[in-house]
Amino acid sequence: MILARVKGNVVASVKHPCYEGQRLLIVQPIDEKGTDMGDSFLACDTARSAPGDVVLVEREGNTARQLLGTSEDPFHSVIVGRVDKVDVYE
Amino acid sequence: MQLAKVIGTVVATQKHEGLKGYKMLMIQPLTDSLQPSGKPVVAIDSVHAGYNDLVHWVSAREATLVMDNSFAPVDAAITGIVDDVHVVSGGIKDKEEIFA
Repeated sequence: MILARVKGNVVASVKHPCYEGQRLLIVQPIDEKGTDMGDSFLACDTARSAPGDVVLVEREGNTARQLLGTSEDPFHSVIVGRVDKVDVYE
Repeated sequence: MQLAKVIGTVVATQKHEGLKGYKMLMIQPLTDSLQPSGKPVVAIDSVHAGYNDLVHWVSAREATLVMDNSFAPVDAAITGIVDDVHVVSGGIKDKEEIFA
């Protein structure tokens, strides 16, 4: 699981049937201090997150399929939670 | 899962049985600001996308799940044609509170 911030969303009307009713969000990976790290990508939402939220993202197809649909759906990344607080002990 | 632009088509006569009957497109992965990110890849099309379409696509094992034979040798598939990309500026809401 990685930390990311929600940057926006993507709208598509022609899509694979399994994406019907799913929210597809743009997520930007961040480090433990909240700074952007690497390239953004798309993820489906299961945590009712909105732009500006810090979220937990799973980049692994099996988890995504278990949370979002059936074992035959082409999902790869999924938002699994909204983060309230990050504490790093240094 | 990422954004991409369709930049061409790929035709192959000799190919694995599992790939027969599927359209293959050349796509250029993009960032959320629609700038190229990385090298172009060949993806299987499941939504009848065409040249210059902005699409979203899935990589890795999940790509082959758009096909009837889910054991076909495929690692990228187009899963939707994108109408709109909304990027909200302003960064993290409550950043001080979360990363105190």
